[in-house]
Amino acid sequence: MEIPKNATRRKFLKTGLVAGALVAGGTLGASELISAIDSKPTGNKIKLLSPDGKIVEVDASVISPSVAGFLVSNHNVRQGVPGKKFVMVIDLSKCKNARKCHKACSKMHYLPENRSYIKVNKMQDSPEASPYWMPTPCFHCDNPPCVKVCPVGATFKLSDGIVGIDNARCIGCRFCMVACPYNARVFNWGEEMFHLSPEEKNAIKPHEACGSHVVGTVEKCDFCPQKTGDNKLPDCVEACPNGVFYFGDEVEDVISNGDETLQLSKVLRDKAGYRFMEDLGTKPRVYYLPPVDRQFPFTETKQTSK
Amino acid sequence: MNTATITSINEETGAVERHKIPQVLLDDLLPKRLTTSGKLWMYFLLTVMAIGAYAYFTQLKNGLVVTDMRDYASWGIYISNFVFFVAISLVGSLISAVLKLTDVKWRTPLVRISEIIAVASITFAALIIIVDMGRPDRFWHLFVYGRIQSPIMWDVIVITTYFTISILLLYIPLLPDLAICRDKLTGAAKWKRWCYKFFALNWKNTPRQYKIVNDSIKVLAVLIIPLALSIHTVTSWLFATTFRVGWDSSNFGPYFVAGAFMAGAAAVTAIMYVVREHYNLQKYITDKHFDHMGKLLVLLSLIYLYFNVNEYLVPGYKMKEVEGDQLKSLFTGNYAPMFWSVQILGLAIPVIILLFKKGRRPIPIFIISIVVVIGAWFKRLLIVTPTLLHPFIPMQNVPESWHHYVPTWQEWAITSASLAGVFFIIQIFIRLFPVISIWEMAEETETEAK
Repeated sequence: MEIPKNATRRKFLKTGLVAGALVAGGTLGASELISAIDSKPTGNKIKLLSPDGKIVEVDASVISPSVAGFLVSNHNVRQGVPGKKFVMVIDLSKCKNARKCHKACSKMHYLPENRSYIKVNKMQDSPEASPYWMPTPCFHCDNPPCVKVCPVGATFKLSDGIVGIDNARCIGCRFCMVACPYNARVFNWGEEMFHLSPEEKNAIKPHEACGSHVVGTVEKCDFCPQKTGDNKLPDCVEACPNGVFYFGDEVEDVISNGDETLQLSKVLRDKAGYRFMEDLGTKPRVYYLPPVDRQFPFTETKQTSK
Repeated sequence: MNTATITSINEETGAVERHKIPQVLLDDLLPKRLTTSGKLWMYFLLTVMAIGAYAYFTQLKNGLVVTDMRDYASWGIYISNFVFFVAISLVGSLISAVLKLTDVKWRTPLVRISEIIAVASITFAALIIIVDMGRPDRFWHLFVYGRIQSPIMWDVIVITTYFTISILLLYIPLLPDLAICRDKLTGAAKWKRWCYKFFALNWKNTPRQYKIVNDSIKVLAVLIIPLALSIHTVTSWLFATTFRVGWDSSNFGPYFVAGAFMAGAAAVTAIMYVVREHYNLQKYITDKHFDHMGKLLVLLSLIYLYFNVNEYLVPGYKMKEVEGDQLKSLFTGNYAPMFWSVQILGLAIPVIILLFKKGRRPIPIFIISIVVVIGAWFKRLLIVTPTLLHPFIPMQNVPESWHHYVPTWQEWAITSASLAGVFFIIQIFIRLFPVISIWEMAEETETEAK
């Protein structure tokens, strides 16, 4: 019984040393790269470049040959950005169904191309009216029906207005999905819902991903907290060629679509901003500007030019 | 060898009286060995359960992707089956509490059957909800991170309470019978004798023990009625607390409770027919019982019909935008065949047939009850699925299959296995314990003799 004990201790020390070296190298994300730590050291040292530009040397045996799906985020899902109240304004008069937001969202969240947290819907208010395109992300409601019904507190309201999800706590009952009147939430029914081939993974520039995917749990638009926390715009906003999306802070009363920066309260007042299905009382944090200048006749084709 | 006796106190003199249980009661009602058909039935149930277990294994391995549920139809037959089982379980409180407190005499031979149906179906209601979870391994999160604001937590609380009280309502009146089994079935296998002895809790037939049993039953019977209303009301609130069309209804609580009593009464009628024919209990479960249950079923069906009128005709009169689409899919759309079959075959026609005395004879009412129970199962599917397929923002840019919900073989196998499980529990119970309360029947014959 003595020998295994020592072996365990040695393994523990080795693990600790490797982990310590990695932390010292400032590579929190690289812990994903470590495979089974108990494999025998080969003596071959490999130099790695950490995300913040430092070179660390580790034994070849601790490197997993497979490419990690994405770097593990050190983002705390239960913590909002202090002092902010995020808000989005979607100008329906500009949306021409380019679907770049959809694509950018998939990429940002390491999802297959047919899956994303934002939808572009063709809406028609009455048979006589001309249809228009309406992108719908999660509305991050201030009175969120999804948060109300969660039995385990796996979805919650953050101080910055975002409705977050803790995929480590979600039990997969899907009550939030039926409670959301806007169908903003998607479920990881199986791995194919988020599985990417290594080529697809390589095609995506590795960045700190927004959230990770867990089978049997719920996901949705998260307003890209890694970018917003860094004072950058969410990817759907940046990707839109028509400048449909404006993102900003209610506290500062400012929104931007990357090209122009506007005063939130003034835009909502001047352009008659509204919220979808306001009568439900969910108080969304996503506003719409009315679909003026509609296409006539309406075309279903995707258009990217302004 | 003790002769089996029951004890009672003469209300006038206060003297303790011991009555011998008639031998014929013991011969008829003590548990019997399985017949060949009984054994075949058990093997059949076990096979269905094994297939269901395999289906669940594939679901555990691959995730809920093996079902046909997707982001829009995110609840399916697991949830409707859960609602069905909760509904059926209400029969326990109907027969053993409502009919007891209203002093209905003919209920005695039906009490234990309905209570075991209640316990078996509430057990599988709880299990099927775990099957529906995306992460059953995190079930403990409900207890560690539970939030009382969530209707799911209310359901967890009332279902566990209802389960406990139902078990007690089954077990406490079983005590004197367990003692009879302990004393009479001396030829049974050793583990069975141990079971009877252990679970009889040293029953000695003293007047004090009878008093405790009778008092406890009274307290539990009063307790179980609000609980029964709660479990099904809370279950309806899983739907009614959302904004969804067809669910956003203040009628949902009573509508569900009424439907549950109807389905439960039909279930107990169907099962008591099988038990009576299989174990030759015509002396105890008489044609009169079927007649009474038939009348009760008419009453309960009419109440349910009333709530159905409120639930469908009132919104149907207004035909609000999205709600109208959902109602049209039920009235004339792709759910119309199922909807009208359920409403006509499972609700209207049974009421008409059961109004006639001939319709309340054992065989017709047995067939009607089965139709009512099947209708009740599909009714719950009609409550869950069409609503989810009619979201406020129309479904777009999704695979064609997402517009429909057609349960996969795994879903059918698991659902069938849960039904088989209910029958299995009932069958095991009947094999081990008297399905009709011997001591209460003896008491009744004693009172009649006086």
